Amino acid sequence: MDEFLRILTQSLAELIAPTTAAYALAAIGLNLHFGYTGLLNMGQAGFMLLGAYGFGIATIAGAPFFLALLVALVAGLIFALLLGIPTLQLRGDYLAIVTISAAEIIRWIGRSTWLQEWTGGASGLQGRNYKGTFQDLSPLPDGRTVIGPLEYINTGSDSWWTRIFAWGVVALALLFVWLVTRSPWGRVLKGIREDEDAVRALGKNVYSYKLQSLVLGGMLGALGGVLYVLPITIAPDAMGRTMTFFVWTVLLLGGAATVFGPVLGAMIFFGAYMFMRTGMRALSENTGVGDVISTTNVEQIGGMLVGITLMLLVIFRPQGILGNKKELAFNVR
Amino acid sequence: MTTDRPTRAIALRRTVAALAIALAPAVLASPPAQAAPGADAAHTSSAATSTTATRLATDVATDCKPDDSTACVAVVVMNDAGDRIADAEVTITGPGGFDETVTTTADAPASVAVPEVGRYTLTLDPASLPAGEQLPDGASTELQVTAQTGGTGRAAFQVGGEAVAPESPSAEATTTAPGGDEGTDAGTGTTTEGDGVATAPEGDASERAFSWGQVWQQFGSGIRFGLLLALASIGLNLVFGTTGMSNFAHGEQFALGAALGFIAINQMGMSIWVGGLLTIAVCALTGVAQDAAIWRPLRRRGTPVMQLMIVSIGLSITLQYVIQLLIGGGSERILSANPRPLTLLGITLSTTSWISMAVALVCLIGFALFLTRTRLGRATRAVSDNPALASATGIDPDKVVRVVWILATAFAALAGLMWGISFGSFNWQLGVQLLLLMFAAVTLGGLGTAFGALVGSILIGLVVELSNLVIQSDLRYASALVILILVLLIRPQGILGRRERIG
Amino acid sequence: MSADMSEETTSGQAHDAAGPPESVVDAAAAAAVAPTSAVAAEARDDLSQVEPVVGAPKPDAILVADDVVRRFGGMTAVDVEHLEVQRGAITALIGPNGAGKTTFFNLLTGFDTPESGRWSFEGKSLAGKSGARVAQSGMVRTFQLTKALSRLTVLQNMLLASPKNPGERFWLSWLPFTWQAHEKEATEKAMEILARFKLDAKADDFAGSLSGGQRKLLEMARALMTDPTMIMLDEPMAGVNPALVQSLLGHVQALRDEGMTVLFVEHDMHAVRHISDWVVVMAEGRIVAEGPPATVMQDQAVVDAYLGAHHDTDLGDDSLLDPEILARLEAEEEKR
Repeated sequence: MDEFLRILTQSLAELIAPTTAAYALAAIGLNLHFGYTGLLNMGQAGFMLLGAYGFGIATIAGAPFFLALLVALVAGLIFALLLGIPTLQLRGDYLAIVTISAAEIIRWIGRSTWLQEWTGGASGLQGRNYKGTFQDLSPLPDGRTVIGPLEYINTGSDSWWTRIFAWGVVALALLFVWLVTRSPWGRVLKGIREDEDAVRALGKNVYSYKLQSLVLGGMLGALGGVLYVLPITIAPDAMGRTMTFFVWTVLLLGGAATVFGPVLGAMIFFGAYMFMRTGMRALSENTGVGDVISTTNVEQIGGMLVGITLMLLVIFRPQGILGNKKELAFNVR
Repeated sequence: MTTDRPTRAIALRRTVAALAIALAPAVLASPPAQAAPGADAAHTSSAATSTTATRLATDVATDCKPDDSTACVAVVVMNDAGDRIADAEVTITGPGGFDETVTTTADAPASVAVPEVGRYTLTLDPASLPAGEQLPDGASTELQVTAQTGGTGRAAFQVGGEAVAPESPSAEATTTAPGGDEGTDAGTGTTTEGDGVATAPEGDASERAFSWGQVWQQFGSGIRFGLLLALASIGLNLVFGTTGMSNFAHGEQFALGAALGFIAINQMGMSIWVGGLLTIAVCALTGVAQDAAIWRPLRRRGTPVMQLMIVSIGLSITLQYVIQLLIGGGSERILSANPRPLTLLGITLSTTSWISMAVALVCLIGFALFLTRTRLGRATRAVSDNPALASATGIDPDKVVRVVWILATAFAALAGLMWGISFGSFNWQLGVQLLLLMFAAVTLGGLGTAFGALVGSILIGLVVELSNLVIQSDLRYASALVILILVLLIRPQGILGRRERIG
Repeated sequence: MSADMSEETTSGQAHDAAGPPESVVDAAAAAAVAPTSAVAAEARDDLSQVEPVVGAPKPDAILVADDVVRRFGGMTAVDVEHLEVQRGAITALIGPNGAGKTTFFNLLTGFDTPESGRWSFEGKSLAGKSGARVAQSGMVRTFQLTKALSRLTVLQNMLLASPKNPGERFWLSWLPFTWQAHEKEATEKAMEILARFKLDAKADDFAGSLSGGQRKLLEMARALMTDPTMIMLDEPMAGVNPALVQSLLGHVQALRDEGMTVLFVEHDMHAVRHISDWVVVMAEGRIVAEGPPATVMQDQAVVDAYLGAHHDTDLGDDSLLDPEILARLEAEEEKR
């Protein structure tokens, strides 16, 4: 029973973990791309990695916190422009191939020895080198705080301050996306998602709107990348295709083209993922199941279940948990 | 129907975009970094994620434990077999008049705590080296590392023989290819480990004597890469042509060929032919099965292709972990024996590589004949061109698509198997890695054009194998993708594609 | 003509169970024909003076095209030497399937790029302009396959078309007070137009839930939201319930009578002869004849190229048997 409580607590903790917030923010960005505009961005992890590098390298170079944050945003903006300007006039699946390739290029450059001096190569940048300015901002007193079953230090890597900041940013992003998507601007994006030729025939510059959407969502992704690395390290290999696919799963789980979908999706995804893995690990360690499934297999089975979930979701409930059945999320070209 | 802008504006925008991409490295490099402390923070344990490779230097405890107030410098001396050499003397000098001499051991890097953060110079005393393991001609006896609190600045001297070039530049030079992803860069681990390695990473043009013979050799490797890539991309192209779906799980079909081949041939001890045929048969079955279980029902429901694409991503994730369950997380080799080199036309590749290339070529020609000369092949092309028209003329598209899935998965499995055999080692991530190159090849040649895919594949193969003449070898795959993006920029329809195909 | 219409209306009621509101529209549209605007009357007057020959100059041409050529592979899909379209009139562009009508239409509206050619709208060159710029200049088009924005409501479809909405700029979008006034005005206008097309009851439904005919109407209504000077309709009758055809024709006439210029593509001669003031016939990419409907129907070139073999038959299916036309169709299909 204690064991079960522990697993439950761990899963509960995932709901508000900084990583969950980071994925939620990246999914909010992807929602602008895919849910509202119908753009197939398969490289959201590239935006996140670039944001993380921008923040980390700027901080290490001596930039104050908010300047470093700005550098991350600008990195996302430039990346979106570089990707969008040439490809947004092409067919949708070209954008998918170009974004996934570009994200991989960023990762390979990051882990290469070429820029090792700045990026730290394959091993990345150590958290302690860029966390200082962020933790200095904390208004919380020293010490630890217990809320219910959760206990963290007030300020530090895995701390209340990191959580408060991360979810604060997510809340702001939600407010922002809610405002812009219910405006006429958001209506044009939705029109483009439905049929860009029709919108073009009404005199709207479709290309410009798609670029705006790509830039905005990309900048949110870059910010998500910063949130992701604040409690840990910047490791390029942790921010590859798998991350992009997880962001997609999060978005589709919660419901594309809904405001709260990405947040709900992230919470459910990581809560369930943690519950499943710790649960299976506990079973494997404490019962006869261990003879069949070793603890290393638990990770692999967990990964398989994510893939199967994504497939089932897209096939049977493409509108996600919050989506309206009439507003099916797929009709993009 | 997407001409959104006047032609002149498109040309202008493309120019701007091309310039911007050209400037991208400069943008990346521009963050002001007066100090360069990043690099040496690299090798503490918490940094990497799921690093499965065995790194020579990180797995051994050092005398000096870096913590928040301590910085360390560590050094190893290795011979060309990668073994550590004991009793070599290395003098470490640095800021604040630091000067200390350490003696290496055979079981761990010699390390020493240094008082200050900064650059330290390590000098190897050649006289302390064993007689048979001297520094190669022209190699420096000095190395520099940067030490930082909380980290270890690492240096490695390589001695003995031709420490720079691998013994057989042919097959060995490419064995690291499939493993280079997600922190499993096992092959180059010895030379790129740490800061200030004595010898430049293998393949770095600036450090290596340029020779046309080497270029020719790499050209041969490029053709091998391209032929296998072409064989692997056939399926991607076929499925795209007949169903309109970009199949992200195709990379896993490729890796499945290598993984099942490893199990059949290496673990179960079957002969290469029996094991190979069995592998291909099982993989073709997976093609039939997934068409029947997933894709055909979805087509019946009229599911949009973008939705199918995301389903295929889910399948790709699933299969990746299935493969990991099958072969584990490490690098594996299908044939454990060392490859026998064979020199043809001045290109030295392993014998198995030459056989693989021949098989690939035969398969490609056979496939071309199938498409043009057989009834089924012509039906396939008809379905690719216009499914509605094809079914109106009595072709059963479902049957054609089933055949397409069998062919796609069988060719992918064969390519994966031969890849595993001729490139040495592979791991579970082989699929995702190659998938992007397949997309690049197919897109380069022009989506949906069969001959274009071959040209695109050869081109990608050559770019990958020859790129290290110009840039770092660990950026070779990236270079292929840069080419892909540039081609999309200038000629979205691909090299051989028709302009009208682009919407 | 009015006899025709009432006949169609009654048959419409019999065939179309779901369509009582639609047949009411017919009556309304028929009534709207009577008061004709000065521009339209003048246009008709002007056109009666024009000699019915290919490339004939018009007294008050709003659209002038010269040497427009578009090739697909080796095939010339469009090769128009000279065409003028009279302001304030309904001009029909007809021809058998695969004659290059839609391709020509796409070229004129900036949705395709020709190999060569120049054309101007109200004296300003449109060659090389994007579809969006063409629409902004006052020439708005619809599509053969209706492009209702399915997952937006009917009203949102209409509001989207409203030009110069400040809230469509990103930096104002999150400040509702900057665009709410415009939005209110646009909503009023949209409801007015919807009421005219009998779609006002559906304003809050998803456009995807409309019937095929209603979508056609919505697309036309949406085009009107942009205050166009010229409206380009690509096969407005295609795939529409026969009962609704009359109503659609009535709406097209009503547009002309409000002073708008209409150019529309159709392959069925019978459907257009009632309402068009001028007919341009295309075959194999070229203009083979033009003139008033009655004159054109007697033109030998037209009879040869188009009406001769298929008179009174459904051209849509028969022409598919012709391999040349099939090839041309496929080329157009690919382009799309």
